[in-house]
Amino acid sequence: MNWIMAAIGGVLLGGLYALYATGLSVSFGVMRLINLAHGDLAVTAAFLSSTLVLTAGGSPFWTILVLIPVGFGVGVLLQKVVFDRLVGVDPALQIVATFGLSIVIQNALLKVYTADRRALDIGSLKTKSFSIGEVSVGAFPLLRFVVAVLVLVSLSLFLGRTSTGRAFRATSDDPEAARLMGINSRAIYVIASGIAVSTVFLAGIFSGAQTNFASSDGPGLLIFAFEAVIIGGLGSLWGTLAGGIALGLAQTLGAEQFTDWPAQLFGHVLFLIVLAVRPNGLFGRAET
Amino acid sequence: MALLEIDAIDAFYGDFQALFGLSLSVDEGQAVAVIGANGAGKSTLLKAVAGSVPTRSGRVLYDGTDLADLPSHRRAATGISLVPEGRRIFSSLSVEENLLVGAFSERPGPWTLPKIYETFPLLERLAKRSAARLSGGEQQALAIGRALMNNPRLLLLDEVSLGLAPGVVKSLYAVIPIIRDNGTTVLIVEQDVNQALAASDMAHCMLEGKVSLSGRASELSRAAISAAYFGSEVHT
Repeated sequence: MNWIMAAIGGVLLGGLYALYATGLSVSFGVMRLINLAHGDLAVTAAFLSSTLVLTAGGSPFWTILVLIPVGFGVGVLLQKVVFDRLVGVDPALQIVATFGLSIVIQNALLKVYTADRRALDIGSLKTKSFSIGEVSVGAFPLLRFVVAVLVLVSLSLFLGRTSTGRAFRATSDDPEAARLMGINSRAIYVIASGIAVSTVFLAGIFSGAQTNFASSDGPGLLIFAFEAVIIGGLGSLWGTLAGGIALGLAQTLGAEQFTDWPAQLFGHVLFLIVLAVRPNGLFGRAET
Repeated sequence: MALLEIDAIDAFYGDFQALFGLSLSVDEGQAVAVIGANGAGKSTLLKAVAGSVPTRSGRVLYDGTDLADLPSHRRAATGISLVPEGRRIFSSLSVEENLLVGAFSERPGPWTLPKIYETFPLLERLAKRSAARLSGGEQQALAIGRALMNNPRLLLLDEVSLGLAPGVVKSLYAVIPIIRDNGTTVLIVEQDVNQALAASDMAHCMLEGKVSLSGRASELSRAAISAAYFGSEVHT
């Protein structure tokens, strides 16, 4: 029974990782951009949510409604000020520039919020669970998972069914040819960054409601997001969900078997195995 | 009045100059061929008109308007469509999605999905197939269909025949009269001289980034074309 519980826990945790990874997957998929500040943006969202709750009261959930549009705006701004200069250049420059951005954000958070850890209080929902026979499922992890799947389903419908979504995929394939079709690739990149940051804001708030957070936590979150994207395969949204779930499962099942070891280790091991055996990821496209 | 008036343009790739004070004009309703050897600057000329390559001096006038400050996506919206060299099909999209992307600017006109399928029946059969899994000829038909979905006023065709079997090239060129009948002006860049001349009213031969010979397609002599194409003197 413990194994079943661990497996369910792993799948639900995978939903959070997938939510973290969605933005990376979109940014890389559309403009081949690697953003090392992705995790710090999640932490920023958690702090902003806690500030809103402290000022205006209520549960952190209402702050989602405010912070998703704010995240979109932050993404637009970052694209126009920083990322636009990084599209199509040497990936080494992207890494240096976004690493710098990561440090700037961490220090800004340290300055404003100090090094103290904070948590978002969601009250009794945090400990609530459903029992099905002998198996019990946490209500909050389930909610988080459902939200992650809904986000991925909506994004997938947007990319697959709408004219703008087609323009996204065309730009991803060949930006110059897309411009010849009348598509403003820079406008597409702006929307992509808006989506990337608003989804990672959402992930940051959900994560902050589960575990406490501090200004320097971003890089640790970034690793989970990266691992989910790589395991699932770059540029595939469903791959990202599968990658998140695989990562979650590796952590919970590994920890179930080897109780003395840190759970995260098993996720890293899975990540390294996938990189070695199937570098394009479970659902990645084989070319380039 | 000329639909396209290219007036003494220079164009560069980095430090490499590809066009040297090139001038050329295309009247509305005409089909104009630009022929020349590899590296003569033919593709650069089309890219300069479509906005993929910047020009440093001279002017490109389209319907009387200077295109200098118009980025390529805005040029597409004004009715300039380029069928690029190498076809540049969107490989992760299906055939039909490629065509729909071509209509992104939503320009009104005769070319719609059903009309494209009527003109290129093979594309209708392949509609749901991934564009990555098309043969070269099918990709070229798709590239032309995709450009037509923009209902272009000026269609730029870059090396349609490249790497294709003669029968396939012939069937693609058979579409050009239909395109013209629907009101589109066509500028064709080709290495395949016979094919290009047969489809055009006017022809220009390019050599080393300049026009080396111009005339009515039906009146240019083979000897003159050969001299202009390879840069040798004409001995008469």
